[in-house]
Amino acid sequence: MVEFQAVSFAYGGRKILHNINLKVPRGKVVAIMGGSGCGKTTILRLIGGQLLPDTGDVWVDKQRLSSLDREELLKLRRKMGMLFQMGALFTDLSVFDNVAFQMREHTDLPETLISHLVLMKLHAVGLRGAAQLMPSELSGGMARRVALARATALDPELILYDEPFAGLDPISLGVTGQLIRKLNDALGASSVLVTHDIQESLKIVDYVYFVADGAVVAEGDVASIQNSSHPFVRQFVDAKVDGPVAFHYPAADYRTELLGGEP
Amino acid sequence: MNISRAVSDVGRYVNDGITRLGYASRFLFLVIQASGICLRRPRLVVHELFFIGVLSLVIITVSGLFVGLVLGLQMYNVLERFGSGEAVGMVVALSLVRELGPVLSALLFASRAGSAATAEIGLMKATEQLNALEMMAIPPISRVVAPRFWAGVIALPLLTAMFNVAGIFGGYLVAVHVLGVDAGTLWSQMQDAVNFRIDVLNGVIKSVVFAIAVTLIAVFSGFSANPTAEGVAKATTQTVVTSALVVLGLDFILTAFMFQGA
Repeated sequence: MVEFQAVSFAYGGRKILHNINLKVPRGKVVAIMGGSGCGKTTILRLIGGQLLPDTGDVWVDKQRLSSLDREELLKLRRKMGMLFQMGALFTDLSVFDNVAFQMREHTDLPETLISHLVLMKLHAVGLRGAAQLMPSELSGGMARRVALARATALDPELILYDEPFAGLDPISLGVTGQLIRKLNDALGASSVLVTHDIQESLKIVDYVYFVADGAVVAEGDVASIQNSSHPFVRQFVDAKVDGPVAFHYPAADYRTELLGGEP
Repeated sequence: MNISRAVSDVGRYVNDGITRLGYASRFLFLVIQASGICLRRPRLVVHELFFIGVLSLVIITVSGLFVGLVLGLQMYNVLERFGSGEAVGMVVALSLVRELGPVLSALLFASRAGSAATAEIGLMKATEQLNALEMMAIPPISRVVAPRFWAGVIALPLLTAMFNVAGIFGGYLVAVHVLGVDAGTLWSQMQDAVNFRIDVLNGVIKSVVFAIAVTLIAVFSGFSANPTAEGVAKATTQTVVTSALVVLGLDFILTAFMFQGA
């Protein structure tokens, strides 16, 4: 469904991704993991066609994104759903209208049918009873679930998740993880999860890519990741404070700095 | 060293200003290009007209009324020195229709509706709502910006008309009921002096130009705001300040062309 072939990308002169190769097969849930600022979200933006690679190719549904014109890209995006980190619900619309939004924009379905579909989507995430609430009345976990219902409103073939577990309590965390897996399987879709929550992700994904400093440093299925001896993977799995991902931001020698530059 | 730094700073400001003007022009072109949705779905524009236009009615009419009251008082005092106090209606109407109506309405509109539009679009950007639209294959320029732009362009000339009506009514109130000017003389002098083509039409043209400028500044500032709390606050301030300067500058240019010898 998605394939990166030797993709490199830089913002201005700053290199973000370097020679990335990855594949997301149909029907699978794939996680892209790494520390903050390692280029995970940039990968999602490249899949969505919001950014184009400097070198290499991004393929989505057998189409090379860099050769699509604007109309073709918009057409392709109709096959995608995306869950944003903070939900990105439209704050002036109710929960119901948020989920109905794409249906009203992209289809000519009668309002009765839209109503049935919206309630079905909200039922799937357990929030049919919250249909008339406004986004400001929802908790963080509920907002994430509404955003999930909205992302799957048009039964997408590819669902992108940007940090779906960030800021959730343990119950919401489990619920969101299960919903991601169930919705993916029910829709027969493919999912790409960008996250740094390894424990929750390993329960639901089929394959994992680890990204550090803009490159894929390790990859594998859940079992091989759990048994991996790769220092980067181990630091993540065992939640170690220091390791290949350094605790300290690069700085001058502490002793030298305290002594005002004298060695 | 200081002089070279000052020169380079000036150069940078000018360069940045021209670059931003270029971006704004391209943005206007994109908005116009994406405006088909406003014809296909006029309800989107009507919805924004309510927020941008109807909710600005109170501040516009109350301000217009007070401007008319003050103008009536001040002008009567001056005109009375020359024994022509009855001409107060004419002076109030001409001042309002030619200058004060379009300019003050545009300034109030920028503060009330322009800043709100900037903050709303800026916050939509900061909370990834614009990104979400983009990923739903719904271009934000056509769904969010174009309806607000056209609502502003339609609303401001109508609000200017309301401002003028309220101002003239204020002038009438103070002149006739406070200062004792004859109502018949006031209205007939006003009717004789105000020319539809030279005064009213030019006033309408001014308000349309101001509407395009102010609304473009508002939506562009919101759309190009940094997606942070500070960025949105800065963009909102920028809308009010830039709109005020642009309106006053444009007014001078338009007045110079429109009212030479009139």
